[in-house]
Amino acid sequence: MSQNKLKAARPLSPHLQIYSPMLTMTMSIMNRLTGIGLYFGIMIFTWWLMAAASGPAYFNWVNSLLDTFLGKFVLLLATWGFFHHMFGGIRHFIWDFAKGFNLATVETMARIGVVGPVIITGVLWYMLCN
Amino acid sequence: MSYRTPLSNVKGLGTANEGSEHFWRQRVTGVANLLLSVFLVYAAFHLVGQDLPGVKAFFQNPLHMVLAAAFVISATYHMRLGMQVVIEDYVHNEGSKIALLILNTFFTAFVALAGVYSLLKLSFGA
Repeated sequence: MSQNKLKAARPLSPHLQIYSPMLTMTMSIMNRLTGIGLYFGIMIFTWWLMAAASGPAYFNWVNSLLDTFLGKFVLLLATWGFFHHMFGGIRHFIWDFAKGFNLATVETMARIGVVGPVIITGVLWYMLCN
Repeated sequence: MSYRTPLSNVKGLGTANEGSEHFWRQRVTGVANLLLSVFLVYAAFHLVGQDLPGVKAFFQNPLHMVLAAAFVISATYHMRLGMQVVIEDYVHNEGSKIALLILNTFFTAFVALAGVYSLLKLSFGA
């Protein structure tokens, strides 16, 4: 990016704010957002591992925190984010092979990317809790 | 015709001076994460609600430990590449950008070290 300041208020090319939101656009943004979320979310996973390596007292304390409503909510969100980002990644793999670029396919893949992670997260948590 | 100099063709570098390595590594770690997620789900079923001796017993299996460590390394590398792109996209001040890129490396390296060390300790059963 140039560090030079514009001297006049010249017209800018159309950018995000001028388009009405579309599913595919939203899914692209969501892929980046879930990626950023997981970047920080992995700290919970590492924290839990470090707690286990630290000894029973600290481990039990961390587990009791994760077992609260808020703890479970964050873990549920992280699980969903993980699968959402995974579905986004799979879509990108398909595009990397120059496949799935026609409009109908793109739209279908976006819809699968919305519903799939929710179903997987739900089924996984249901099975883990029972 | 090509506008690239013979030297740049030999080096295989683009404008970012690093060729397609960044893109490629993002994909390779992505595939690794995808495959290792099968192990993560398997591990979740064995670890959720488990007490500490149970967790240790799980990671004392060498295959479990190695797969978990592989995930930690692959995931943190993937994270570093991804966050690098986010920083390069949104932070335009050169000084802040470099500072954040360094911080990104430190953070992901710390997470990787913390994860792998903890796994080793659990696995060796100290």
